[in-house]
Amino acid sequence: MRIDAFHVTALAIALLGAAVTIFDLIPVNKFYFFAGYVVLQYVVLATAWNIMGGYMGYVNFGTAGFFAVGAYTSVVLYNLMKAPLILMIPVSGAVCALLGLGMGYLTLRLRGVFFAIATLAMAIVLETLIVNWDYVGGATGAYILRSREIAPFGDYVEFLFFVMLVLAIFAVTVARWIERSKMGRGFAAIRDDEVAAECTGVPTLRLKLVATTVSGFLMGVAGAPFVLYVGFVEPSSAFNLVYAVNSIAMPMIGGATTWLGPLIGALLLGTVQQVATVTISSELNLLIVGGLLVFFVIAAPEGIVGLVRKWRGRGR
Amino acid sequence: MSRIVVVDIEAGYGSVRVLHGVSVQVDSGETVALLGTNGNGKSTLINCIMGIVEPTAGSITLETDDGESIDLVGRTPQEIVELGISLVPEGRRLFPLLTVEENLMLGAYRKSARQRIAANLEFSFEAFPVLGERRRQLAGSMSGGEQQMLAIARALMSEPRVLLVDEPSVGLAPILVSRVIAKIRELKAERNLTVLMAEQNFNQAIKIADRGYIIVHGDIAFSASSAAELSENEMVKQYYLGV
Repeated sequence: MRIDAFHVTALAIALLGAAVTIFDLIPVNKFYFFAGYVVLQYVVLATAWNIMGGYMGYVNFGTAGFFAVGAYTSVVLYNLMKAPLILMIPVSGAVCALLGLGMGYLTLRLRGVFFAIATLAMAIVLETLIVNWDYVGGATGAYILRSREIAPFGDYVEFLFFVMLVLAIFAVTVARWIERSKMGRGFAAIRDDEVAAECTGVPTLRLKLVATTVSGFLMGVAGAPFVLYVGFVEPSSAFNLVYAVNSIAMPMIGGATTWLGPLIGALLLGTVQQVATVTISSELNLLIVGGLLVFFVIAAPEGIVGLVRKWRGRGR
Repeated sequence: MSRIVVVDIEAGYGSVRVLHGVSVQVDSGETVALLGTNGNGKSTLINCIMGIVEPTAGSITLETDDGESIDLVGRTPQEIVELGISLVPEGRRLFPLLTVEENLMLGAYRKSARQRIAANLEFSFEAFPVLGERRRQLAGSMSGGEQQMLAIARALMSEPRVLLVDEPSVGLAPILVSRVIAKIRELKAERNLTVLMAEQNFNQAIKIADRGYIIVHGDIAFSASSAAELSENEMVKQYYLGV
């Protein structure tokens, strides 16, 4: 991998994030970190979704399933051994990577709308399993008591914000690397014409499994700190359809064929939702998503990135 | 160089039987035409060889020069590409949103061809200068003739021994059909290919074919051992050449 301006910027943002959270450089209301965490979490989810949905054209409706399995893996680890977050993240990622691999195997022959339905069904099956699993609290949910403060960050939410920032940078870096690699070209070929891809010798089966695995890993990683963030997790919140809808809407609005799309979409839509939650009502979120989605599908089917490219093209 | 032997294959889609025991043989270095009008099973046969459609009966064997016989039935398209068989699909089936160069690179997944991607790209641009001029253009934005050229070039990126060409004339102006057909002949000689070409344009196909089969309703209706025999056959004259 070549180091370029992107990596320097990413590192700078991570360091800046560390400085801000450790030294309280910007004296802001703690709520901003609380809200920022959610936005960054959507950066990870949207980027993860986009690896399959945007690059390869396979629409996954089961984001909430992966996210929740990531969150509940943390619960299991906590119940088993009071595991620290640093352990929860990779294990949740690994569990969801396996889940992604399994889903890939089971849905290999499904395309288009059938694949989407299968992924949605998978999320529902998983939710039913969790609801009936007492060890993780079943339908009533599970608590994790986190400490209020953690060195050197001080406030625990600031720490979680920083963790999610690092995860977001990691996810975007992985997505960008995939996009530019030979693998990314193979994904694009599958999206354009899967049969033709197969005939030219593109290992479509292997690539699909890689995509479901990587995408699952990143979604699981996004879910891992969730329990510590809210302190309490129950199936209906972890498996909330909002995760699935948002992780589809964000790349669509930003532009699904490039890593920049889900990043822009998540930052924009995530922020709008957070602002709306505070100023108007939390129920309005989905309406905003729906409205924006309709607008973008009509006005800018290739998202913001596509729109900017078009304007630039005209300028020349 | 190698040859393909298809014996008595039956295949279809769901409950519809398309091929009823078809036997075809393509010898090393030959250009064999698979002729017939729409809906008689040409593409199905090609797809069976390529592993896209699995035959329900019969055998398809690739015999290499080392005397090895490889059973192709039940193999995936990727494995078949790996064995040195490559397809120029009907309707071209390019990746329209990728550039010309990316389309070509996608043809080079075969392990043995990976090291020579640069040389093979060079070859493509020499054989089809128009592709070189447009290497950064999206494949979907090119004309039909150019797209057909790209589909052929992409198939050659895997350095195949056997090239399957499915209806290269579809949707092309007559002058372009002649050009594409001539190009296939030229490339065949240059790259020592064995060619099996499905075509419904008899006049054009006969120009480059060494031999041919006429497929009617999923059966081989006539097997000609030379191009002359094909063009002189009464049935061909009457039904397909219109003379």
